[in-house]
Amino acid sequence: MLDGILLGLDTAFSAQAIVFLVGGCLAGTLIGMLPGLGPMTAIALMIPIASTLEPATGIIMMAAVYYGAIFGGSTSSILINAPGVASTVASSFDGYPLSQQGHAGKALAIAAGASFCGGIIGAILLMLGAPVLAQASLLFQSSDYFALMVLGLVSVAAFAGNGGLIKALLMTTIGLMLSTVGTSQAQGVERFTLGSIDLIDGISFLLLVMATFALAEALLAVLRTPASGLQIVEQSKRKSLGSMRITKQEVRDISPTVARSSVLGFIIGLLPGAGATVASFLAYASEQRMAPRKQSPAFGEGAPRGLAAPEAANNAAATGSFVPLLTLGIPGSGTTAILLGALIAYGIQPGPMLFINEPAVFWAVIVSMWLGNVVLLVLNLPLIPYIARILMVPGRLLLPLIMFFSIIGVYLVSFNTFDIQLMVLFAVAAVGLRLLNFPMAPMILGFILGGLMEENLGRALLIYDNNWSFLWTRPLTFGILLLAAVALFVPLLRTLVNRKKGSDQ
Amino acid sequence: MLNKAVLTAFVLCAGFSTLALEAPEQVHLLIPGGAGGGWDRTARGVGTALGRAGLIEQVRYENMSGGGGARGIAHLLERKSPHMLMVNSSPIVIRSLQKAFPHSFRDLTPVASVIGDYSVIAVRKASPIQDIRDLAAAQKQNPSHIAIAGGSIAGSTDHIVAALVFAGFAAEPKSVKYIPYDAGGKAMAGLLSGEVQALSSGLGEVIDMALQGWVNILCVTSAERISLLPDTPTCQESGAEGAVFANWRGFFASPAMPAAQVKAYADVLAQMYATRAWREIADNYGWVDLFYAQEDFARMLIQQESDIRRLMLELGLL
Repeated sequence: MLDGILLGLDTAFSAQAIVFLVGGCLAGTLIGMLPGLGPMTAIALMIPIASTLEPATGIIMMAAVYYGAIFGGSTSSILINAPGVASTVASSFDGYPLSQQGHAGKALAIAAGASFCGGIIGAILLMLGAPVLAQASLLFQSSDYFALMVLGLVSVAAFAGNGGLIKALLMTTIGLMLSTVGTSQAQGVERFTLGSIDLIDGISFLLLVMATFALAEALLAVLRTPASGLQIVEQSKRKSLGSMRITKQEVRDISPTVARSSVLGFIIGLLPGAGATVASFLAYASEQRMAPRKQSPAFGEGAPRGLAAPEAANNAAATGSFVPLLTLGIPGSGTTAILLGALIAYGIQPGPMLFINEPAVFWAVIVSMWLGNVVLLVLNLPLIPYIARILMVPGRLLLPLIMFFSIIGVYLVSFNTFDIQLMVLFAVAAVGLRLLNFPMAPMILGFILGGLMEENLGRALLIYDNNWSFLWTRPLTFGILLLAAVALFVPLLRTLVNRKKGSDQ
Repeated sequence: MLNKAVLTAFVLCAGFSTLALEAPEQVHLLIPGGAGGGWDRTARGVGTALGRAGLIEQVRYENMSGGGGARGIAHLLERKSPHMLMVNSSPIVIRSLQKAFPHSFRDLTPVASVIGDYSVIAVRKASPIQDIRDLAAAQKQNPSHIAIAGGSIAGSTDHIVAALVFAGFAAEPKSVKYIPYDAGGKAMAGLLSGEVQALSSGLGEVIDMALQGWVNILCVTSAERISLLPDTPTCQESGAEGAVFANWRGFFASPAMPAAQVKAYADVLAQMYATRAWREIADNYGWVDLFYAQEDFARMLIQQESDIRRLMLELGLL
């Protein structure tokens, strides 16, 4: 292993590689920061440049762009509630309230720190056990993925916000329903496409999230503030925007969260059928459950732990997703699929033999993960006070920019004008729902997990000839479902016990 | 069944004239899907080769996704551009049959198919079944015990190929237990996880896992053994009567394009095969040349359509 690390260091420390590593991190961060533009667009934009480089350097650069874009993506989530990628949606739940309260700098610093730790912990785990972990990730069958998605959905109560559980459940149902639009996988029939060819492929996640978060947020900002003083953050709360001060107590609070979320994120990231989004939601939900009841601020109202958990988890998961990609050639997400395409274009075939056939490439990627995370932290920490001041840009300039970039971001993926119309429709509906205190997060959760849940359940039922017995005869499935039941009922029991205690006193 | 004439045409990649009358100076490649997919890669690979080899001065790309490619077809027909070529592949035949589109490939002018990928049936290294005949026998004995994974929805290419192979062993196509995954990689993960017994997929997606010893390819849907896998039988020689299938990728033009212009583009694509730029790109992606120009391409499409229609009828998909 030491030889490998030295070989990787040797490759990654050439002057050229360092230039492209730093350049990739910068470019990725900048692209990722724009609402609507995520790692997928960032990598696709960089492929023409990367293809002129040597394989190891090119891959280091693209990996840097990937980490940079995930890193930058949380910035737009936190500052303007416009997650550019699915995996940073959960970061907006507490990150956005924090920056609304005038703590944008602090929120960005927490995100940077948690991402850094998640990335580094992920890279260490990857280095220690990639081949073994790849084997382990293959133990997961469709029925187990189904159970995992159930576990994720059970956590919906964590995302209720201030609208109450009933509204959260209603929104989850809407998300589940939206996920059924398009061609069903198991039967190959069109569902709810209204005869339109534009709906045959279903509704894209990016579209839904940009419409209900970014666009709706910008519209709401216009509705809420009088035209004269159009502001994103109130004047009185602007003083502390740039400050990154985190108290010792907060660091002490966050550290265990980061450690747990990193390991959880990495494990979920290993599974080709799950990925960074599921990881960030699960980490958020499990931390919310573990949090002391009377903690202030509560989850959803700007809790530092609520921001640190998804940030650490999504970065660790992004690292974890390199395991099936490099050792099996199986991409777990759209972004890793583009990375795989780029690797193949270099003539490098990922697979169990990559480690032996192309050690320089394999170790260069791992070393670039460490360097990339360090470079990102060093690049971004000094910039945070300036980035946070984006919120001081007058609303009349910032809001049109947010709308412009969210629409462009969606268009650049599909190149279909119908998507823009659909987006506006969803945004208007979302504004109405949000004015009535319906939370958007449960809908996103239902949409992402619902699609995956249905797909995996359908597959498991096909395999088991429509016999539901796999739910209890397959130990892994049963175990995860048991965990979901515990997650569902323990908070209920706790509430009951607390009530009893209250009445005893 | 594919008739013999077309079979031979599959094998002897049709000879072509290298005489170009008037080389076109520009081409606008329409990609009916988003960035990063198979169509996108094909169009950009071909475009890059044409540009690098100096065969065409200006290559432009346009992505237009929607409706599984239907939007791109409508756009091509609407624009009637004399420089626009649209990339497409075997699924256009299937989707035309399903009437998923308002249009079919018959509304377009076939220019040329460029690359091809044969399909394979593969099993895990550790699987007790290591011969396609044994797999077919096991399937016949108890169809519900042999689940076959594929990387696309029910009724699409991987499903039809699986049905084609088992039907070749006189199985009821409808009895084939097909398990859809949302991508070839995920189907591979499903096979390796042991939840399915076999995998139906493109050769290009399976070959490296096979060479590295994770899976065994039981048979290939080519007409003759392929040089890369000299020891792997074709499905047909193993007894799957008529199980020959090539997933082609090629280009179409608007019917409004003048015939001379269509021929000029077909000639340019033919010349591309001899260039070093193309060899490098094709080798990197593991693409196999599969060249049919104009009328040959149209004949191949019609043959493929009639084969697939018969199977889809038997599968109850039409």
